[in-house]
Amino acid sequence: MSENNNINNNNEQLALDDGRRVKVLSPGMMVFKRFIRNKLAIVGIIILAFMFAFSFLGGLISPYRQDQVFYKTDSANKEFASAVVNTEYRFLTEDGSPLSTLVRANFSRLVKDAGDGDISFDADGAAWTVQRLGEGFYSIGTTKDLATVTLLGKVCDVKALDGVELSDAVKDAALQTAKAGGGSFEIDGQTYMLTKGKAKTYNLGTVGEVAIASLLSYDAHDSADTGVISTYAFRRAAELALRSGETSFEADGIKYTLEAEEDSALIFRDGEENPLASVSRIIVNPVTSGVFLSVDYKAAVSEAIADKQTAFDYVNADGVTERHTIRMRGNNYIIYTEQQTYLIDMYAAPSWAHPLGTDDHGMDVLTRLMYGGRISLLVGFVVMLLENLIGIIIGGISGYFGGWVDTLLMRFVDLFNSIPYYPIMIIAGAIMDALEVPPYTRIFLLMAIMGIMGWTGVARVVRGQILSLREQDFMVATEATGIRVSRRIFRHLVPNVMPLLIVQATMGLGNIILTEATLSFLGLGIKYPLASWGSIINAASNIYVMTNFWYIWIPAGLLIVLTVLGFNFVGDGLRDAFDPKMKR
Amino acid sequence: MWKFIVRRTALAIVIVILGAFILYGVMRCMPTSFVESLARQRAAASATTGGKTYQEWLAELNEAYHMNDDVLTGYLNWLGSVLKGDFGNSWKYGIPVVEKFNQVIWYSVVLNVITLILEVIICIPLGIQAARHQYSGFDYGITVFAMLCISLPTFFLATVLKYAFSIKLGWFDLYGIVGRYHEQLSRSGKIWDMVHHMVLPTLTLTMLNVGGLTRYTRTNMLEVMNADYIRTARAKGLSERVVINRHAFRNTLIPLVSYMSYLVPSLFSGSMITETLYQIPGIGYISYEAMVAGDLPFTMFYSVFLLALTQASLMLADIMYAVVDPRVRVN
Repeated sequence: MSENNNINNNNEQLALDDGRRVKVLSPGMMVFKRFIRNKLAIVGIIILAFMFAFSFLGGLISPYRQDQVFYKTDSANKEFASAVVNTEYRFLTEDGSPLSTLVRANFSRLVKDAGDGDISFDADGAAWTVQRLGEGFYSIGTTKDLATVTLLGKVCDVKALDGVELSDAVKDAALQTAKAGGGSFEIDGQTYMLTKGKAKTYNLGTVGEVAIASLLSYDAHDSADTGVISTYAFRRAAELALRSGETSFEADGIKYTLEAEEDSALIFRDGEENPLASVSRIIVNPVTSGVFLSVDYKAAVSEAIADKQTAFDYVNADGVTERHTIRMRGNNYIIYTEQQTYLIDMYAAPSWAHPLGTDDHGMDVLTRLMYGGRISLLVGFVVMLLENLIGIIIGGISGYFGGWVDTLLMRFVDLFNSIPYYPIMIIAGAIMDALEVPPYTRIFLLMAIMGIMGWTGVARVVRGQILSLREQDFMVATEATGIRVSRRIFRHLVPNVMPLLIVQATMGLGNIILTEATLSFLGLGIKYPLASWGSIINAASNIYVMTNFWYIWIPAGLLIVLTVLGFNFVGDGLRDAFDPKMKR
Repeated sequence: MWKFIVRRTALAIVIVILGAFILYGVMRCMPTSFVESLARQRAAASATTGGKTYQEWLAELNEAYHMNDDVLTGYLNWLGSVLKGDFGNSWKYGIPVVEKFNQVIWYSVVLNVITLILEVIICIPLGIQAARHQYSGFDYGITVFAMLCISLPTFFLATVLKYAFSIKLGWFDLYGIVGRYHEQLSRSGKIWDMVHHMVLPTLTLTMLNVGGLTRYTRTNMLEVMNADYIRTARAKGLSERVVINRHAFRNTLIPLVSYMSYLVPSLFSGSMITETLYQIPGIGYISYEAMVAGDLPFTMFYSVFLLALTQASLMLADIMYAVVDPRVRVN
């Protein structure tokens, strides 16, 4: 600037007219002019402008957060229901009371070997008889005590139990039978049974059906009808009709019609089109709890199994046709169907929603590149400033004072310079890992360590320049005018080193970004959920990702290369512009 | 002159000793040390047989590996045995550190020497041509190419090369120095196998280093081409070939040789990232593994080796300057 003023003053003294006046540019302006004439430098500026816009504005424009995880629904052939051909008898009693366990156990045990014949057993102090009414359908009867018959010589007495009234005809018949030594007789269609009790007494009882046992299960199509189809009369009539091959039956005064098919059947109220209930030997249960299987579905499964099909189509409640496949497992039929599942959308291919797909955490790669760019660029600038700050102070002091201060500081620089870089960074990374430093703190620590490890180059340059500058006349002038030392160093010497420092810093920025990326790639730098370009490429150290998902790691690498290239172009352009020897 | 050499040597030794102390201190700060993981391993192995617990193993191993000493005592012990020429046994590899070093260093040296030769063959002609046709399209092309090489991150370049040549084309293996059937090969087959595995690492290293040397050659050549004696040579009517080869290029050799002398130490320091990415068992990869495992003797040896190497090359450069250039005055 002072040079420039001098020239202007000269111009005034000579009083040149406009025609002869030489147009003079300030040194800064000349550097700028030389710079913008450099094509590569302009390309570099454009690249850097794009990178800054991409990183700092891109994050604002992107609809996603950097740690937003995306999900997708996927369909998979999963177990949906299981079906089994029923081998356990189901019991229904006349009065609705449950049948005792002992009776059921006896029944199940004996019925297996019984074949067509009737069986009888004693349980709960009563005699039980089982009558086979059809394939897999039994009527279970028992005696019901009515009276005690005593035969003592000529004294014969029929003593009715409390609350039972017997007609004379019954009493007579009982006595007759007792005299004959017991047995059964029938009056008015009712079978009476006389069994021997203590001494000369007989117990008179009726033999009556109290329960039915069947292998079929009933499902009401309308849950309101569950009561109707659970009644004893209905079941008994339905079972009988099924066994005898009839197409209609009557229960409780209502007529029903029947459509039977091998093991299953549909029951209609007479004259109605929609079935009332379906009957089947096949029991269908959902695999997961909380799933309700409709009767239609169960009927479809039963039908498919009865027809020995391995797959069937079913139109669900939404009117969508679903394909179900059936496979055997042991005695069970397992029904598989395509089901929707909710998954993290990992390694999604590029699409409009995610132009570069998603990464292994299901996060949008493009958004992470934008936020990662912020961190990469930020680390570059902060480390560069830190290096220059330390380097200028130490180099400036060392160069200005010389002597033992210089020797001491320069040996310190030597020491720092010769400490191997990567061992220190690896150890620092391991320490930060072990202390579980939070991601944000980790960035600042990383910047501090990189700055501390990298300032020696700047210090050497500053010292070297100042060593030669301090011998020049303008420094003698500052000494003569009594300017204090710190001002002499930092206001008069350091600004003269600035052009060189700016060039070096610009080139150095690229290197810092490369180093940070390398550290992050090795897993020593930026950690999840934050990202830097280096840590995004880290995904490629997994061969599977490298081979199959180029869109995750190649863009990040290109961004690094372009950014560093941009800084190098600009730095090179600046050097050419600052250097008067490089005439064009 | 002798006084300067002696003083410089003494200084270098002090720096090596201090630097080693800093490294030792940092190594000892490493939270998951080798001893701890070994104790955990042994405790887990002997847990079923009712052996010692982790705590007991830790105490015993700390005693055995002298980890109970404070940092200064530990360092002095280490320094003492080093001065007697004993660098100890590597914890991770279980053999003397120097022996392991001897096993692996040659991979790195071969890799780097080939790279250096390739670099010289590629860079110097390119740099000279670029300088001869300054600001031509060719020059711009070379500049952009050189800048691109400088700007490439090692790991990205290596990954792209692997993706292209190993996965897509299937020409090379992804990792390692030997193939799967190395043992069954004949002697020449074994050598060929290793050469084959060295191709990608060499390509990576060469591409990374080509940029710097090309730019350096171009800059120096440009300076020489602007010199008066070149104009004189042209004015004499010498052919362009003679001007370039005899007068210009010979003068650029001085800075070039000094630049390359800086590269010599890097032949031995290995190239940690490249070797790690290709798992070439050179000094870079082996020492990276040792560092990650917390192998104190090996890491210390490697770091001190690097320290000494750096110091020696700096010292040599200082002395050479003083010897070669009469304008540089020592003291």
